[in-house]
Amino acid sequence: MNRIYLDHAATTPVKPEVLDAMMPYFTQSFGNPSSIYQVAQINKKAIDDARETIAKHLGANTNEIFFTSGGTEADNWAIKGIVEANKNKGNHIITTKIEHHAVLHTCEYLEKQGFEVTYLDVNEEGVIDLEVLKAAIKDTTILISIMYANNEVGTIMPIKEIGAIAKERGIAFHTDAVQAIGQVRIDVKEQNIDALSLSGHKIYGPKGIGVLYIRRGLRITNLIHGGAQERGRRAGTENVPAIVGIAKAMELAYTDFEVKNERIKGLRDKLMNGILETIPYSKLNGSITNRLVNNVNIGFEFVEGESLLLLLDMNGVAASSGSACTSGSLDPSHVLLALGLPHEKAHGSLRLTLGEGTTEQEVDYVLEKLPAIVQRMRDMSPLYEEFMKNNQ
Amino acid sequence: MLNSKGKVVVGMSGGVDSSVTAYLLKEQGYEVIGMTMQIWQEDAPEDNDGGCCGLSAVDDARRVCQKLGIPHYVLNFRNDFKKNVIDYFIDEYEKGRTPNPCIACNRYVKWESMLHKALQIGADYIATGHYARVIHNEETDRYMLKFSKTMAKDQTYALYNLTQEQLKRTLMPLGDYTKDEIRAIAKEIGLAVATKPDSQEICFVSDNDYAGYIERETGKKPQKGKFVTKDGKVLGEHKGIIHYTIGQRKGLGLSYGKPLFVSKIDPDNNTVVVGDNADLFTNEVYANKINFMPFEKLEGKMKAQAKIRYSHAPQECEIEMVDEETLKCTFKEPQRAVTPGQALVIYDGDIVVGGGTIIK
Repeated sequence: MNRIYLDHAATTPVKPEVLDAMMPYFTQSFGNPSSIYQVAQINKKAIDDARETIAKHLGANTNEIFFTSGGTEADNWAIKGIVEANKNKGNHIITTKIEHHAVLHTCEYLEKQGFEVTYLDVNEEGVIDLEVLKAAIKDTTILISIMYANNEVGTIMPIKEIGAIAKERGIAFHTDAVQAIGQVRIDVKEQNIDALSLSGHKIYGPKGIGVLYIRRGLRITNLIHGGAQERGRRAGTENVPAIVGIAKAMELAYTDFEVKNERIKGLRDKLMNGILETIPYSKLNGSITNRLVNNVNIGFEFVEGESLLLLLDMNGVAASSGSACTSGSLDPSHVLLALGLPHEKAHGSLRLTLGEGTTEQEVDYVLEKLPAIVQRMRDMSPLYEEFMKNNQ
Repeated sequence: MLNSKGKVVVGMSGGVDSSVTAYLLKEQGYEVIGMTMQIWQEDAPEDNDGGCCGLSAVDDARRVCQKLGIPHYVLNFRNDFKKNVIDYFIDEYEKGRTPNPCIACNRYVKWESMLHKALQIGADYIATGHYARVIHNEETDRYMLKFSKTMAKDQTYALYNLTQEQLKRTLMPLGDYTKDEIRAIAKEIGLAVATKPDSQEICFVSDNDYAGYIERETGKKPQKGKFVTKDGKVLGEHKGIIHYTIGQRKGLGLSYGKPLFVSKIDPDNNTVVVGDNADLFTNEVYANKINFMPFEKLEGKMKAQAKIRYSHAPQECEIEMVDEETLKCTFKEPQRAVTPGQALVIYDGDIVVGGGTIIK
């Protein structure tokens, strides 16, 4: 069976160029970058080059880029590190209800440690109200952590404006940009960002590598203690191949940026509009315009998302009903609930995220198969039967 | 799929029985899909390995499916389980009865929610690792359950209330084997679960302290009350009716010169009636919520055998309907400790006739 992969928000394949760049650092240049001899110096240079590449694409300085084990560690470090370092100034954190669990669960942990957390509401498109943010700020607020773009519905937050509010009040601003990288252009200085998390495997790089940008001068304590790697800020022998890989992936992500993203957006719109036009009682979740170019998230009434995913899988289509990290549990998405969807509609939602390898044929295949699958499930739904009876 | 005998969803617990079920069906030429029900509640302790559907069940089931080369899905049945099993379990104890949660889980979670999901994804059947056989009578076009090959591991008791529609869609390949044969097959095909112990009885109560579980779930302290004799004489104070079951002797905390047994639980007056062992025997048992397999309705009287609890051996009896909903079962010999809330399951030789919930 042909396998169609439409879950690029969960993870992406490593690009061949990325793999090629990484290969020498497994068996040939294997030295420990902290060692003094020549063999190791090659690796030190590889890390320095990688850091420079990442910094360039974020508008940051090289000494503001720190490699981590992934997006989750970067989020943990930013949030725990900033509140720990600033706890003499206050104990209040502001975030949103639709963050990734790497942020939400970290905040919940900190609540148990005595910090106070405000979880901002979002509107039905998934955007916070800047006035509400301003009103939520207290004298004790020490951190605002708001995601760049949402992983489930693709809504992009007004990052620059949030950054300006935080800056004016002297509050640290962290953003989880894991989903946004490669789909938007980021400039941390212009956008007033103090800390930013990103991940390698969402941009056709390897898994197990991430980056935390930390603005120079930001007060933050260390999360991982040990050796003096990353200028004493993040211990542990550097994952050199992965560091080389994430930098190569970053470079490629911003090569032909407009052309690539326009193409994906075109396919995305075809898929999105095609589904909405052919399948009755379906509704787009999130925003039509203010949306990542690769994201489709649609709710189908009278359909269980879980069974829908299984049927799609049996037809060769890899999709998701929410964040991959939570689909072990398959509870209704906290993001869709925050957007105001009732439980049953949050359950009946489908996320399709396109990628650089997605073809028009694949989009056409989904548009051909999906209506019959949805109809099959509705035909077996007592709620749908009742609804149709009452509407005749 | 070519040459497939049909698509079947196997409820996989990660245990020996369901694992071999999947293997046997695959060998028989079915297209097999493994499905594990996620039923544990959010606040359940993480080290809960007991029961058929704990956290480790998912890992074990996934490993088995990988080995067999079949797809495996974990689906969320948490709400269905809470509503149909846990809430019912608590409610029954609070009403002074002794529930059987496995029966409720089979009827409403496995054969309703899981079957529905299976049909939704295009399956023709569901299968489980129960030691029982599904047979079809061509003449009457009725589906029935039959004892497994070995009485020792018969599991028909907890399946008596499956409907015709449910049975029609059910495969139980283990009914033709003994447990030892199944373990041998598991070993032969190299399943790591071959030596796993059988699951415990109430999967969501990890320490078997069901009264403590009910207390934690409801947040209510059980109301203390009086131990009384059948003549109304007060003998002492009980810890709350949820702590007791009919026939219980241990843990009453009463000293009376002779052994005392719980003979009745009266939720209206919050009393527990105690008496002699002889008080526990009766010939007549009444049950409601009746389901029959070989026929839709029972006309007149029928000679049969019946069990009043899982571990009971079938006893000679005669059954009849006394009204639309209530079945009366008259045993030839008096039976000890008939317990409201448990199932009365009726057999005709090795065929399951049906059963109901004991009311008195």
